Amino acid sequence: MTVLVGYVPNALGEAALTAAVEEARRRGERLLVVNMSRDDVLVDARRAGEEQLARVGRDLAELGAKFEVRQVEDGNDAADALLGLAEQEGVSVIVIGLRHRSPVGKLLLGSVAQRVLLDAPCPVLAVKAA
Amino acid sequence: MDNISALIAGFGDVLTPVNLLMALLGVTVGTAVGVLPGIGPAMTVALLLPITYGMEPTQALILFAGIFYGGMYGGSTTSILLNTPGESASVVTAIEGNKMAKAGRAAQALATAAIGSFVAGTIATLLLAFVMPQVVEFAISLGAPEYLAIILVAFVGVSAVLGSSRVRGLASLLVGLTIGVIGIDFVTGQQRMTMGIPQLADGIDVVVVAVGIFAVGEALWVAAHLRRKAAEVIPVGRPWMGREDWRRSWKPWLRGTALGFPFGAIPAGGAEIPTFLSYMTEKRLSRHPEQFGRGAIEGVAGPEAANNASAAGTLVPLLALGLPTNATAAIMLAALEGWGFEPGPLLLEKQPDLVWALIASLFIGNTMLLVLNLPLAPVWAKLLQIPRPYLYAGILFFASMGAYAVNSQTFDLLLLLGLGLIGFAMRRFGLPVLPLIVGVILGPLAEKQARRSLQLSGGDLSGLVGGPVAWVCYAIIATVLLWPLVSKVIRRFHTTEVGA
Repeated sequence: MTVLVGYVPNALGEAALTAAVEEARRRGERLLVVNMSRDDVLVDARRAGEEQLARVGRDLAELGAKFEVRQVEDGNDAADALLGLAEQEGVSVIVIGLRHRSPVGKLLLGSVAQRVLLDAPCPVLAVKAA
Repeated sequence: MDNISALIAGFGDVLTPVNLLMALLGVTVGTAVGVLPGIGPAMTVALLLPITYGMEPTQALILFAGIFYGGMYGGSTTSILLNTPGESASVVTAIEGNKMAKAGRAAQALATAAIGSFVAGTIATLLLAFVMPQVVEFAISLGAPEYLAIILVAFVGVSAVLGSSRVRGLASLLVGLTIGVIGIDFVTGQQRMTMGIPQLADGIDVVVVAVGIFAVGEALWVAAHLRRKAAEVIPVGRPWMGREDWRRSWKPWLRGTALGFPFGAIPAGGAEIPTFLSYMTEKRLSRHPEQFGRGAIEGVAGPEAANNASAAGTLVPLLALGLPTNATAAIMLAALEGWGFEPGPLLLEKQPDLVWALIASLFIGNTMLLVLNLPLAPVWAKLLQIPRPYLYAGILFFASMGAYAVNSQTFDLLLLLGLGLIGFAMRRFGLPVLPLIVGVILGPLAEKQARRSLQLSGGDLSGLVGGPVAWVCYAIIATVLLWPLVSKVIRRFHTTEVGA
């Protein structure tokens, strides 16, 4: 079985990653790190660069974790991408970052975190940034 | 000295709250569309054409001029940050600018581009104020045959000199000329190419052509390649320059201005050639030639200055002769015609207030752009995160609304779609769009002048080559068209000589 973590290059993503490493160790399971960037925008702030992913890989290797880093570049819905992977890989738990959102923000944009929480086929561990 | 007092009077006209607001709106919209690749000032001005028919001409022109200059500023941002030039004039900027950004010097690259654009824009607009009336004085004595010859030079210039292929340029020009002749012939009253459709008798409105080719064509083209990997965000920070950057930038700014203005002013100018020339010059003159290709600040400063200077240069033939040398100018010309002005040498005489207010607004717009672009560069960069479907849905909506608003007939929407498909096909097969739009706008004018000269000479063909100006023009056309052939012959001659 696998621990799946949605990684974004900011404090939220780092917090999720830290929690996921701990969870994987506790369960004695493999870690799957996924970074998603939309394919219908020119620039995506959630896209992790090659260097960033390489650094994540180095850190995880140093911690002695069994892991895989994957980058999803198709589609425009991170929740779909995460849930699809969870189904495919038979994931035991999904780890995501969660942040406080203003009422207006909720009105304007759908929440990836909310959809993952509601639609996931497995338990979800939601982490706040430190 | 007349020019200066006229210019000061122009400033007096511009400095009203509404006009300043228009200038601010223009430069803001212009920068935004310049930043977004694929949406240029030409498309924006085309989309706004139907709205401006109901506006005061001075205000609308100020708005357009702001969009025109703003597009030049915005284009450099995308070139530097993404290596995706927002428009053709910024292609050269991307070479060094993107290297600088990758080396963590995005802030300096953006600063030298913005300040260089301001310096070049200001100097070139001053030049415009002094050169343009001189050109008008010369042009006012031109007769119909000479005017025809100058238009033909512009035709050859935009189709054969710019762009990668002469055949493609000429094909695009012919498509434009064909669209231009549709309608009732003004001399004989015969219907031409209307295929019996009554709505075509008045010809196709330039708005529909411009919006169809620029907006719908581009939207279809982008829709055909919607999926693309997103890029990472390059941290911008607030643009600033160190003492060393200033020292290395000011000379390229001035040299770029000197190259850009004349190339913009001649028909067949455009910004591609001077920006490229400026890049080559800086590379040769630089004391750090080894830095070129790895992020040399001169390679951003020079071309950016050249690009803005040529934008000002473009306005010389537009205001003095009624000749557009780039797509945005072509649509501004169509706007002038839409308000019932006759673009050409008489414009300055008949509408001096309009012309000088426009020039004064360029100075103000340029200053606004500097203020808007230096501190706000990170905000502009955020525009790149807008999902494309939203953007192009908006464009198509505005395009259809604008085309329908012209005559309130459904037929125009069908035309718009047809022209959009033509625009899509042209992009697909690498045909440049500029010759088409120049052909549509200048074609009827060329025909009018040709017919007038023939009427004057009683149908004798020699009436078409009257006057020394016409001779020079035809000589230029012959040289431009025959040069590839001649150079090939010379080269063969040389090789055989060496071989013998």
